[in-house]
Amino acid sequence: MRREPPQRLGDYGPLFFPAGMLTVFFVVPFATMIAVSFFQREQGGFYQPAFVLDNYARFLSLFFGRVLGFSLMLAIAVAIACVVIGIPFTYLLSRSKRKIQILWLVALLSILSLSEVMIGFAWSTLFSRTAGLTNLFVWLGLMTQPQALTPSFGAVMTAMTYQAFPYTVLVLYPALVRLDPTLTEAARTLGASPVKAFFTVVVPALRNTILATLIMVFIFALGSYLLPQLLGRPQHWTLSVLITDQAIYQSNMPFAAAMAVFLVLVTLALVGLALYAGRQKEAA
Amino acid sequence: MRDILNGKLGRRAVLGAGLAGASMLAMPAVLRAQDKSLKVGVYGGFFKDSFDKNIFADFTKATGIAVESVAEPTGEAWLVQLEQAARAGAAPADVSMMSQVAILKGQANDLWAPLDAAKLPNSKNLIDRFINKYPDGRIAGIGAVSWYITLVTNTDVYKEAPTSWAALWDPANADKLGLLALVSNSFLLEVTAKTHLGGTNALDTDEGIIKALEKLAEVKPNVRLWYRDEAQFEQALKSGEIPMGQYYHDVTGLAAADGFPVRSTFPKEGGILDSGSWAVSRASKKTEEAHAFIDYMCQPAIQATLSRKVGTSPTVKRDLLDLTDKEFAAVSSDIEPIIPRYDLYQTKSDFLNQKWTEMIAG
Repeated sequence: MRREPPQRLGDYGPLFFPAGMLTVFFVVPFATMIAVSFFQREQGGFYQPAFVLDNYARFLSLFFGRVLGFSLMLAIAVAIACVVIGIPFTYLLSRSKRKIQILWLVALLSILSLSEVMIGFAWSTLFSRTAGLTNLFVWLGLMTQPQALTPSFGAVMTAMTYQAFPYTVLVLYPALVRLDPTLTEAARTLGASPVKAFFTVVVPALRNTILATLIMVFIFALGSYLLPQLLGRPQHWTLSVLITDQAIYQSNMPFAAAMAVFLVLVTLALVGLALYAGRQKEAA
Repeated sequence: MRDILNGKLGRRAVLGAGLAGASMLAMPAVLRAQDKSLKVGVYGGFFKDSFDKNIFADFTKATGIAVESVAEPTGEAWLVQLEQAARAGAAPADVSMMSQVAILKGQANDLWAPLDAAKLPNSKNLIDRFINKYPDGRIAGIGAVSWYITLVTNTDVYKEAPTSWAALWDPANADKLGLLALVSNSFLLEVTAKTHLGGTNALDTDEGIIKALEKLAEVKPNVRLWYRDEAQFEQALKSGEIPMGQYYHDVTGLAAADGFPVRSTFPKEGGILDSGSWAVSRASKKTEEAHAFIDYMCQPAIQATLSRKVGTSPTVKRDLLDLTDKEFAAVSSDIEPIIPRYDLYQTKSDFLNQKWTEMIAG
């Protein structure tokens, strides 16, 4: 069947539904948020429609700059960790028996059914002094006494990587399954070690997939606000935590909206930059 | 099963009976032929359930006024709804239980109908601090319930109960504390002022607040968890993972009664006494009924019931209550409490929030 470009208005029909949903559930709320971010905050009250820049001005401080910087750094670190663990894992998975593949995929998918709250509580127990993993190490004779591993940056990183890992595998899996095995075979015949073949053939062949995965996990991790609270110290709180504080506890919607708009803009800029860099490299 | 459904009692009849039964159960007390009624807003969840079960039915029996309870959202959303409705001349609830900061914010907009002390004879039972007044002396609200936040410890880790809030600053307690994460619900500025700066009046000026924050910053090395989620701290306290902190007196008492190794102590500087007040929207037309309800709630017997069934601290004077010492100690204390500086959270909330966040996260 030959696909023809749409000729009449009716041919665009199937697009109306998603376009409508996107408008109602994304464009309108986002526009509202941008509008509210310019409203006048009334301390001791709520807010008044106005056009003021105070909310953005308050955000432009060293303190919030540091929080934003930390949030971006955390999201990037989680994205890199996921990809670094995810690629070898998925590569080996795609080369294993069908049954084992299915078993792993089902297990990974079941992680997706866990809420952030459950993941947070589970890890805080695993990292606790009284009931945690270190008790196991003590029993094995590796440590002299149990220790609390939370709250710490490592605990936040671990839980967030755990949470994002299934998505990483699900994005990488189709690309790795479709990867032509003769490519690695050729490399091996030409004398490359399996590790060398992996890094010089598999990884470059997947460049676009890897970039897409990094961006997806990055954005996913940027929105996390529960895990940093449950497992981190206050210096590990992300901008999303502070946005929640302002919106829910301080009733300061204009400031919360301004921070959220800022976060979205910075995210879009970073994603744009990554895509641009990817394209430049491809052209070269 | 199929037999039952196909039998004499048809499927339709079963469904019909079920529906009728369900709607009878769901029928609120309001529909009992009474012409006098009142809509009362209570914090949704635990409070509303407890009030529905222990208070409202008896009130209707005693006065003939039917109560329709309305679940209030937390935070200040309810205040905003009441305010907007009042502008349009409507009242989503006649009487509402409001936090102290919300009462002050409502006062700023004249949202609360002034109450008539002559129609509230029982209000003389109340401890003075539980009567909210407009700056010109009109009564804006009447204390509904109060509760304490105290110094709690795990008894396995701390054999001796601490005696003072100063324990929070003790270097021996490094990395052992769980404290509430927000300036507006932890009231730690007030605790600092009372413990180290001679009283909460020290917070009158911005300089005083900064000084209290600097003093409070010294506890940071001792704090393992700044919590928003109560369950997280409660669980860690019970297990001894985080063996000291601030928490609700009544909940800690219940956990101790269940056999967990926890205790709640009223430090010598006093526990933190937070409370909710009844206030009437200016748009309400049920002034008489509202007064009758608030007056009813001010009776010592009702406050005692609340203490026994809901775990709240009584708002009426101790000598009027028939609570035993043990029952009283389960919810309250004779030690002079630390009263939060609610006025600050109304007039300086953004300043406080900004400085607080910088203090703990910086």
